Amino acid sequence: MQIYLPIAEVSVNIFLLFGLGGLVGVLSGMFGVGGGFLITPLLFFMGIPPAVAVATGSNQIVASSVSGVLAHLKRRTVDLRMGTVLLCGGIVGAALGIWLFNLLKTLGQVDLLVRLCYVVFLGVIGGLMFIESLRALRRSKRGGRPTRRHHGWVHGLPFKMRFRTSGLYISAIPPLMVGLSVGILSAIMGVGGGFIMVPAMIYLLGMPTKVVVGTSLFQIIFVTAFTTLAHAVTNQTVDVLLALILLVGGVIGAQFGTAVGTRLKAEQLRIALATLVLLVCGKLALDLFLTPADLFELGVGEQ
Amino acid sequence: MIRLAALLLLIAALPLRAEEVVMGMSRDSVNITADFDGSEVLIFGAVKREAVIRPDPPLQVIVTVAGPVDPVTVWRKERRAGIWVNADAVEIDAAPSFYAVATSGPWGSVISEVEDLRHKVSINRAIRSVGAPMTISDSRSFTEALIRLREKSGLYQNLFNTVDLRESTLFDTAISMPANIVEGTYQVRVLLTRGGQVVAQHTSEIGVGKVGIERWLFNLSQRQPLVYGLLSIVLAVVAGWGASAAFRAMRSG
Repeated sequence: MQIYLPIAEVSVNIFLLFGLGGLVGVLSGMFGVGGGFLITPLLFFMGIPPAVAVATGSNQIVASSVSGVLAHLKRRTVDLRMGTVLLCGGIVGAALGIWLFNLLKTLGQVDLLVRLCYVVFLGVIGGLMFIESLRALRRSKRGGRPTRRHHGWVHGLPFKMRFRTSGLYISAIPPLMVGLSVGILSAIMGVGGGFIMVPAMIYLLGMPTKVVVGTSLFQIIFVTAFTTLAHAVTNQTVDVLLALILLVGGVIGAQFGTAVGTRLKAEQLRIALATLVLLVCGKLALDLFLTPADLFELGVGEQ
Repeated sequence: MIRLAALLLLIAALPLRAEEVVMGMSRDSVNITADFDGSEVLIFGAVKREAVIRPDPPLQVIVTVAGPVDPVTVWRKERRAGIWVNADAVEIDAAPSFYAVATSGPWGSVISEVEDLRHKVSINRAIRSVGAPMTISDSRSFTEALIRLREKSGLYQNLFNTVDLRESTLFDTAISMPANIVEGTYQVRVLLTRGGQVVAQHTSEIGVGKVGIERWLFNLSQRQPLVYGLLSIVLAVVAGWGASAAFRAMRSG
């Protein structure tokens, strides 16, 4: 069955959209990623204009994150205090990111820059996570305890706060900076930023993996809501009908994803996410390096 | 039957001329609804004449449908430092967003070069490109690329030999519009030619527009973007919470 999307101005198969939403929802629940890094390119492949795909993607992430975070709240695996600190940085970052995005748009080539951002960030983070979790997996097989890393400089910073749920007593500056940089990237790349946030929380802040997913989802809700609003006001590119179809699939998927995620071991979870991130990175990199089928392209955005 | 009667009435009412077009369409508006998946418009008509039919040169019919005209930027990619980037751009001043040209015979036999240039009938002529930047020597390839890309997505259609012309008098054809057409007023033209010369023409219009919820959402997003943005967020939060609550109820019950 085909459905016509009022803002995107294209007709697409409704079941395909449901499936896409569901798939991303499962990932969202399992890993605590919003799935924006998957949904945005996939929507683009379906023929939805990139600007609409980016803006609508962030709207859909709001829904799947709300659904996911409720399940985590019930299990008390959300560090609300840490989430709020990250969020403060995130909102400022997103505002900066949108300003930067519009600046780049006037300079042209924003499309290329977004794609390069994807390849670089997905590649680096996916690679790091993969190696790290492979090591952790080997260690746990040998029966040894994973060594906890200590960041001397992190502990030397002022404004120390106690994060009870995470069992941390650290300065508020590193989480603020993490929130800020993820906010900037999420606005430019049109993603929630979970795939950057999750490893940053584990490796940089030293948070326990179980708390990371819920806290990341909590923070993503607000940052993506802010991004949605900014896109709706500045570009009028949020397609609410498209978002609704995606999120119906997404919220159902997120529930299954959360259930699956609790049964998997943390190392397995991380290695699966790393593999996925690397796969998407590889696909995007190929598009940049291989000779395109058609060297010409029609300008986007003007209708 | 009513259409035919109306047509005959139209024929009777026309002033005296050598050969004239009388035309009708299966619809004069295309409504974009939630389940819109393209549309087909039947264009039919008759040739009104006072004298007997001249057999030679044979009468030919051309039907064109053109969507709203807009400027388009065409980019060409180039490999730079191993990566394919958009390097050159040509702004095409005016290109119809949709263009279909249907004829009753092979292209060469229905209209001459000169007449095509004058009446802007073929896709090539319907696109107006004043000039490319000095740095680009082959601006033609950009126009060709635009045509190729839009042909691929069904927005530009060359429909030669698809106008059914009977007894040099009655003609009909069907133009299908894909789902990705834009809103606006579409110009429909019927041209009669003999020996490549245009002997008569007639124009009409089709309005393409969103209706119902599609119209409402589109207007809201344009006129009250803040309200629209908040609405999308509220919908998302409610849907997320609703699904979570539904699953909890399912598990416990």
